[in-house]
Amino acid sequence: MPEALKAPLVVEFPFTRSLGPVQSAFLTGLRERVVLGVRTTDGRTLVPPVEYDPVTADEIRDLVEIAPTGTVTTWAWNHAPRRGQPLSTPFAWVLVRLDGADTALLHALDAPGPDAVRTGMRVRIRWAAEPTGAITDIACFEPYDGEPEQPRGHSGEFADPLTGIVAHARLDYTYSPGRAQSAYIHALSERRIVGERCPSCRKVYVPPRGACPTCGVATAEQVQVGPRGTVTTFCIVNIKASHTANLDIDVPYVYAHIALDGADLALHARIGGIPYDQVRMGLRVEPVWTEGARFPDHYRPTGEPDADYETYKELL
Amino acid sequence: MTSQEAPGPRDIAVVAFAQTDHRRSTEDSSEVEMLMPVLHEVLARTGLKTSDIGFTCSGSSDYLAGRAFSFTLALDGVGAWPPISESHVETDGAWALYEAWTKLLTGEADTALVYSYGKCSPGSVRDVLTRQLDPYYLAPLWPDAVALAALQAQALIDAGHTDEPALAAVGARSRADARTNPHAQLRGPAPQGDYVVRPLRAGDCPPVGDGAAAVVLAAGDRARRLCARPAWIRGIDHRIEAHGLGVRDLTDSPSARLAAENAGAFERPVDTAELHAPFSSQEVVLRRALRLDDSVCVNPSGGALAANPIMAAGLIRIGEAAARIHRGASDRALAHATSGPCLQQNLVAVLEGDPR
Repeated sequence: MPEALKAPLVVEFPFTRSLGPVQSAFLTGLRERVVLGVRTTDGRTLVPPVEYDPVTADEIRDLVEIAPTGTVTTWAWNHAPRRGQPLSTPFAWVLVRLDGADTALLHALDAPGPDAVRTGMRVRIRWAAEPTGAITDIACFEPYDGEPEQPRGHSGEFADPLTGIVAHARLDYTYSPGRAQSAYIHALSERRIVGERCPSCRKVYVPPRGACPTCGVATAEQVQVGPRGTVTTFCIVNIKASHTANLDIDVPYVYAHIALDGADLALHARIGGIPYDQVRMGLRVEPVWTEGARFPDHYRPTGEPDADYETYKELL
Repeated sequence: MTSQEAPGPRDIAVVAFAQTDHRRSTEDSSEVEMLMPVLHEVLARTGLKTSDIGFTCSGSSDYLAGRAFSFTLALDGVGAWPPISESHVETDGAWALYEAWTKLLTGEADTALVYSYGKCSPGSVRDVLTRQLDPYYLAPLWPDAVALAALQAQALIDAGHTDEPALAAVGARSRADARTNPHAQLRGPAPQGDYVVRPLRAGDCPPVGDGAAAVVLAAGDRARRLCARPAWIRGIDHRIEAHGLGVRDLTDSPSARLAAENAGAFERPVDTAELHAPFSSQEVVLRRALRLDDSVCVNPSGGALAANPIMAAGLIRIGEAAARIHRGASDRALAHATSGPCLQQNLVAVLEGDPR
């Protein structure tokens, strides 16, 4: 059995999120170095503020300015900061109840070491140098031994409030496609197209995914298919590809389902070597390999007569 | 598949359970290749085929392996064509079991296949789990799963509910119990190790690993025909805490207590509890919230501190509790599953065997 493949995979998803009126005021306030809480109908003050009371579900809009000083309610020492975290040197995660608030805010505390941190210690916000309207406008907390700072009674109204945020995220993986797909990709690099046969219904799947979706059993018997096949159905693409690997492909072009000879499932690929408006169901095609590639670049007509509809109608 | 029984509450039981050997990495298999043997095993225990199953429900998360729509590929392992009646939840499989249980309650199905799987090895699970947090106030800070659990652990220490040696004892007991569990990832003594995020040390944290689990549910006489001693689900409920971590009292779990109350856990003592507590400190919270004293055998399987395939570890708790009833080692067991940071959401099921 060939070695299972693996490759780095980076998933990035920048979500654009809208803000409710309370979230907007809070994050706009951070941009202006003002901390806002929201008062519930029973008189508690929530920081960070939310749009709805977590106990009563009341809509709450009564904003109140809160001091940038507070008290640690619990903490945890992080000796090895990870990517994206507020500080790149060892720090304490803290929940901080700001003076005037009834709930606590999660953030980082810059402290020389765990022995300098305790529950109940007093801290103050250290503002980011270049605020943008995000929770990271609080760079972190720092130890503070002065009097509680007094809020200035900000109304919560701003001239140009934020309406949304862009939340960036990136996750890094080492992707492994597993046994069946590794074998398929290994064979492709030798210009062989190898499917797998279901031991129960005898269908040959290309590309194989390791299981027969009809019978729910493992496929294992390898079967070389193609290389020639039949276009079962197709579409005409009029949108230029945005991926850099595909910039050389002119539109319109044809993308097709192709039933390779010996396969019981159609795979899909681009059709080239023929004007787009002459591609048809039943067209016989073969793969075109480019130098050094690990998979066919596209499929082109073989010049054979078209396949009879009866031969591929079950594969549509 | 529709039941002809009169409408009303039906007795529903876990009749079979199977799980993989949980491993640090399964890079030689795809998700469906990892899952399929477990599906075959659980069906073989009942003699059922896919076509005999009335409803199928699964739990998983694409974020773990970074593989979009992985649950549809996993369905290949069930044999889902022609289309079967199925559903999926993007959380632990314990919640898939809850959905299947409600489906059986309606009488629309008499049997259900429930499975879940987690392939944690392709990514960094500590970072992946930050993406489930509040996107405005928490996610931009990337507070990882161990950090949030450590904040809860420190709150428990400050409140006098535990201390570091007591936490270490939870991990040590779990891994000692896992010696008799051939599927566990950490079996036998493991060093308590250094701080990961203080006050939690390596021994207080779950192993990162890949795995899958499956159960079969059946109603009434169908359950009695499929299993010598069905594990009857006497009650099941799930509840959630307030969204903000700083709103909650992290030393308590009112949602777990309420779920247990609604599931009937407090009506009579249980002899066994399988708790989904990935961190040692969370067992401390749950023991208090669920009123489990020393007479209860807690996590005889080793629990999530011995094997924690995310998205499957909660379903495994229900499966392990049921399996003890099947083999006569328990008469009344509590099974718990959790999801989210610091025991954000909690599910409690109460299982019973027929009198012997």
